[in-house]
Amino acid sequence: MIPQNFEYATPNSLAEAFKLLGESNAKALAGGMSLIPLMKLRLAAPDKLIDLRNVPGLNSIREEGGMLRIGALVTHYELESSPLVRSRCPLLAEAASQIGDIQVRNMGTIGGSVAHADPAADYPASLHALEAQVKLAKAGGERTLAIGSFLQDTFTTALDAGELVVEISVPVEAAGTGVSYQKCVQPASGFAIVGVAARIRKSGGRIALARVGVTGLSGKPFRAANVERLLEGAAGSAGDISKAAAVVADGVDANNDLHASADYRKHLARVYTARALAAAARKAG
Amino acid sequence: MNITVTINGTRHTHQVEPRLLLIHYLREVLGLTGPHIGCETSLCGACTVAVDGKAVKSCTMFAVQCDGREVLTIEGLASNGNLDPIQLAFWEEHGLQCGFCTPGMIMTTKQLLERNPSPSETEIRHGLDGNLCRCTGYQHIVNAVKAAAAKMGA
Repeated sequence: MIPQNFEYATPNSLAEAFKLLGESNAKALAGGMSLIPLMKLRLAAPDKLIDLRNVPGLNSIREEGGMLRIGALVTHYELESSPLVRSRCPLLAEAASQIGDIQVRNMGTIGGSVAHADPAADYPASLHALEAQVKLAKAGGERTLAIGSFLQDTFTTALDAGELVVEISVPVEAAGTGVSYQKCVQPASGFAIVGVAARIRKSGGRIALARVGVTGLSGKPFRAANVERLLEGAAGSAGDISKAAAVVADGVDANNDLHASADYRKHLARVYTARALAAAARKAG
Repeated sequence: MNITVTINGTRHTHQVEPRLLLIHYLREVLGLTGPHIGCETSLCGACTVAVDGKAVKSCTMFAVQCDGREVLTIEGLASNGNLDPIQLAFWEEHGLQCGFCTPGMIMTTKQLLERNPSPSETEIRHGLDGNLCRCTGYQHIVNAVKAAAAKMGA
């Protein structure tokens, strides 16, 4: 499988990258784990490939103002193995560790993954549950969007032409918050047939905060606010959890493909939501 | 474009098309046929090599991305005619049937053991998730990884 030929550039600064991306049919390359397979199939055929690997400042993980600020070029392996991420945002480390395989996690980046917007990717479930912010930049300036506004539809984001994802921010997890990412894996591709991320915080024996993010179920990953509403204020018993998980797929236009019918996907979503909530509640203590 | 890559300790400079995949560069330009072309869709792991010490699937990387970097292939593991402990363990434990997946299995095992010198069976199976054996000889492969870990820890 040989891609269409292209020009290749390795800019040394964001300014240089924006200039190159402004040219017609140019595409940014991060880890390449989604883009290169598409180019091999000629579903993507950019004239210019702008490899961001020499652009400084995009591969750090910093804690600042109660947030973890994660550079777009941070790889899945760096996230799963970073002591800072594991202690401050364990949900993201857990999700990263379940992506693809060692080789893919060595190359693939969080910025590349969210910019690609595969509806079955693992990160969006956690990013929704964490109410993550995505910082975008282009020659004219920067803007920050909530994950729900950034991810618009299947393979579709709010990115403008010539604009790059530069940073993802997630809150530092407060003490006593239990988190879990539960995924029904498609064994050939490693993608999620359904993946559910849950965060539970308790106070005085009641659930004070519940956050649930879902990927794989529909064309657009989403935050399941209806599930969260049923849980907040409840004690978090097994009955509370199964009652809340039962509504996760209500009104969702579920994906239907050879791996899982729409009805089966909705069933899986209910089962995996219950599992993620139960695991998170257990850890919340 | 011109690239300079250190491969198994030797620097090479070549003029390549940007679209040349690393696996084709290794096999066709350099004659290193240890890394195999299996699925070509980044699923099977038969083409696994290390780039700057990280296991990657060389069918899903362009040779130009390796400009200025170091690549290690299965051919670079043995030193002075002595097999690497992982190679030896695969031989002794019969961690192969047809052998097609073996170079990739060994390169991924190397990464796995660098990060986790004494993995459990579950960790070994999770670690080798990106490498397929069409002979389905997984049990002996897992045994070989355990034996390699024991050898290297000794």
